[in-house]
Amino acid sequence: MEKPKIVVSSSPHIHEGSRTSSIMWNVSLALTPSALWGVYVFGFRALAILLISIASSLLVEFLLQRISHESTLSDGSAFLTGLLIGMNMPADAAFVVPIIASAFAIFVVKWTFGGLGANWINPALAGRVFVFFSFTGLMNTYRMPRTLAGVDTVGSASILTEIKLAVGSGTVQGLQSTEILEQSSYGHTQFAQSLSNWFTALFNRGPSPYTIDAFFGNVAGCIGEVSAFLLLLGGVYLLIKKIITWHIPVSFIATFSLLAWTFGGFRNGLGLFQGDFVLQIFSGGMILGAVFMATDMVTSPVTKKGMVIFGIGIGFFTFLLRYFGSLPESISLAIILMNIFVPTIDRYITPKRFGEVVKEAQS
Amino acid sequence: MQKIPTFRKGGIHPDDKKVLSNRQAIERLPVPAELIIPLSQHIGAPALPLKQKGDRVEAGEKIGQGASFISADIHSPVNGTVTALNKVTLANSVVSDAFVITPDTENPMGIWEERPYEAFSAAELQKIVKDLGIVGAGGATFPTHIKLTVPRGKTVDALVVNGVECEPYLTADHRLMLEHSEMVVRGVMLVARMTNPKKIIIGVENNKKDAIVALRKVIAEHDFPIVVTPLKVKYPQGDEKQLLKATIKREIPSGKLPLDVGAVVLNVATAFAIYEAVAYNKPLIERIVTVSGEAIATKRNLRVLIGTKVADLLAYAGLAEEAETYIAGGPMMGFAFYDDQTPIIKGTSGILAFTEEAHKQAPVSPCISCGRCIAACPMGLQPTKLYRLIDHRQYSEAMATNLMDCKECGCCAFVCPAHLPLVHAMKLGKRLGRK
Ligand code: SF4
Ligand code: SF4
Repeated sequence: MEKPKIVVSSSPHIHEGSRTSSIMWNVSLALTPSALWGVYVFGFRALAILLISIASSLLVEFLLQRISHESTLSDGSAFLTGLLIGMNMPADAAFVVPIIASAFAIFVVKWTFGGLGANWINPALAGRVFVFFSFTGLMNTYRMPRTLAGVDTVGSASILTEIKLAVGSGTVQGLQSTEILEQSSYGHTQFAQSLSNWFTALFNRGPSPYTIDAFFGNVAGCIGEVSAFLLLLGGVYLLIKKIITWHIPVSFIATFSLLAWTFGGFRNGLGLFQGDFVLQIFSGGMILGAVFMATDMVTSPVTKKGMVIFGIGIGFFTFLLRYFGSLPESISLAIILMNIFVPTIDRYITPKRFGEVVKEAQS
Repeated sequence: MQKIPTFRKGGIHPDDKKVLSNRQAIERLPVPAELIIPLSQHIGAPALPLKQKGDRVEAGEKIGQGASFISADIHSPVNGTVTALNKVTLANSVVSDAFVITPDTENPMGIWEERPYEAFSAAELQKIVKDLGIVGAGGATFPTHIKLTVPRGKTVDALVVNGVECEPYLTADHRLMLEHSEMVVRGVMLVARMTNPKKIIIGVENNKKDAIVALRKVIAEHDFPIVVTPLKVKYPQGDEKQLLKATIKREIPSGKLPLDVGAVVLNVATAFAIYEAVAYNKPLIERIVTVSGEAIATKRNLRVLIGTKVADLLAYAGLAEEAETYIAGGPMMGFAFYDDQTPIIKGTSGILAFTEEAHKQAPVSPCISCGRCIAACPMGLQPTKLYRLIDHRQYSEAMATNLMDCKECGCCAFVCPAHLPLVHAMKLGKRLGRK
């Protein structure tokens, strides 16, 4: 007699053990240090925004599940979407903004396209862009981080906005970005100043204190995007866990850097190869975008070669939008622009078939 | 240090689990109470039965006649009596006619005496391989005499002998190379006499260092022109396409055979069987089977008669825990089955019993386009795309996307975080697409 318990399934009978849910939860985990830093520097209100985003994402997902009778709450994707939305908000956003963004992300972008895996743009990204255009003013007012409080500084513009405004005014011709910040007496921490001095003493050259602050996250910005350092740490974790590969972040940042370095000086009267790309990389949503949003599996190409093309495209659009667009922030738009090309990339960039080399050689 | 080669595209590194059984010396399983000998143990047409119910058979006697060009003869493993001619479901779900043979209680085993074989011509050797029912032992069970008959006008650059055994858990070939190195190597030289290759390579994965040493020692003693090439461990290196890429750096084009790139590929266990056939006039009536898996009490490498029921192997090794899955072959490409009365056939390299935990099943979720399947596919296919096409019943589009290149190695499904039944879909798609 056969035992009823025996499972007969198709090969292979073993699996490496990964799951979609473990990927999602690991990405959330990798984002956590940066989110916590945001809470630390921007205070309690940042925490409230994060919690509201996550809760509203989960709630919308839960309600939609009741319609579709699927259980997807535990796959971690709604949590991740909520977390990403919260991290992309300024701490002073009205509480309704993350709710709207989450609802738009989960309902319009994810659910109506057919749920996880079927959306062509990252829900969190779409949610952010949606509220960004609906509440432009609200979305562009940042709180100064706690680490800069007390430092004499001009209001609450982010580094990128500050530079953009100064360049637009035409009064800073011939100045480097860091010099522009200095001239407009933008604040920096004492810590950054000493580190900068230390480098200068040791190597005769050092990064500007503004760059150092941008790297560690002592700048105005969205809750989860300010600390490039902690985001990169999260990226390293994802690389080690083999959840992301280097292809998209590296091609994106390299392309942007190359363009920003080569042509970035033009807009304020500097020559070729004079753009300050280092400050640019660590400012705004660049690292968050490159490591966590552009690498979203669902909305990026499936082949490694495709990923590199995708990254180059984002780098290119980011450069155009950041330097020549009217909006200070451009990463989300650049990624969405390239999302449009993903199906095309995947159609034409296909892996080389085994045996093809020989065929060509023989014919 | 010399670089250890492997194939380049795709592939995976599953936990090889060989330590469970790779120190167990080969043991002979006692003659069971009953044998079930299917007439279809090979690729190609089933053999035609030469005996009837009630007939006496002798060990090594031909009881099934190869039916067409691609087919193979079947022999009785024991002295005994045919008690029935039944239908039996094999582990791979093929239904075949089969002899049920009850071995004699006294002296059931045949006696195989060594004979001089140096004088045999290549054609005579090929005839022996055909007459004694040798088929590929790696699992594909392609009749070996066809492989060894090199068509006029083709020459063999390389004879590549497959000692890779890349499937996790399996250690039968490993033990064979270690314990019977001499016979394996002599078998390889016999194959060389039949195919006349310019060079002879035995590819062995680097997790079997002792086997590499043992083979090299024998080869050096006889001064045979054989090179043993250690290969970096990577699944599916035991596939002939990946093996040729790793050893002689040639890629077999889609739909072609090793001979098209000047190579003959053959398993070490097949070489061993050829040696026994030629030197002892012994047909392929037994083979070495690894019995392993987390649910097995004592993992073993058993030398068993073809036709032995899986239940006899399991009883001998003992079940430690309730098994959730039985597998014939390796865990990557083997077949899950439920009936432990199914027999060991010429291509059965292992019997595995898994507990629920080792089996790692998870619910299926939607494809998240992570591309891992593409990175893992050794054939350069796009499993995610093929899956979508097959799921949408677009079989001809799937065929146009090179579905037939898929060899069901399972790399894609092994890495898929959504646990999609990719290989299952490929099999289905091929079947429906061919129509
Ligand atoms: S089973 Fe087929 S599609 Fe999947 S990895 Fe192997 S060859 Fe590629
Ligand atoms: S590995 Fe699975 S989830 Fe990832 S692309 Fe392939 S089929 Fe989709």
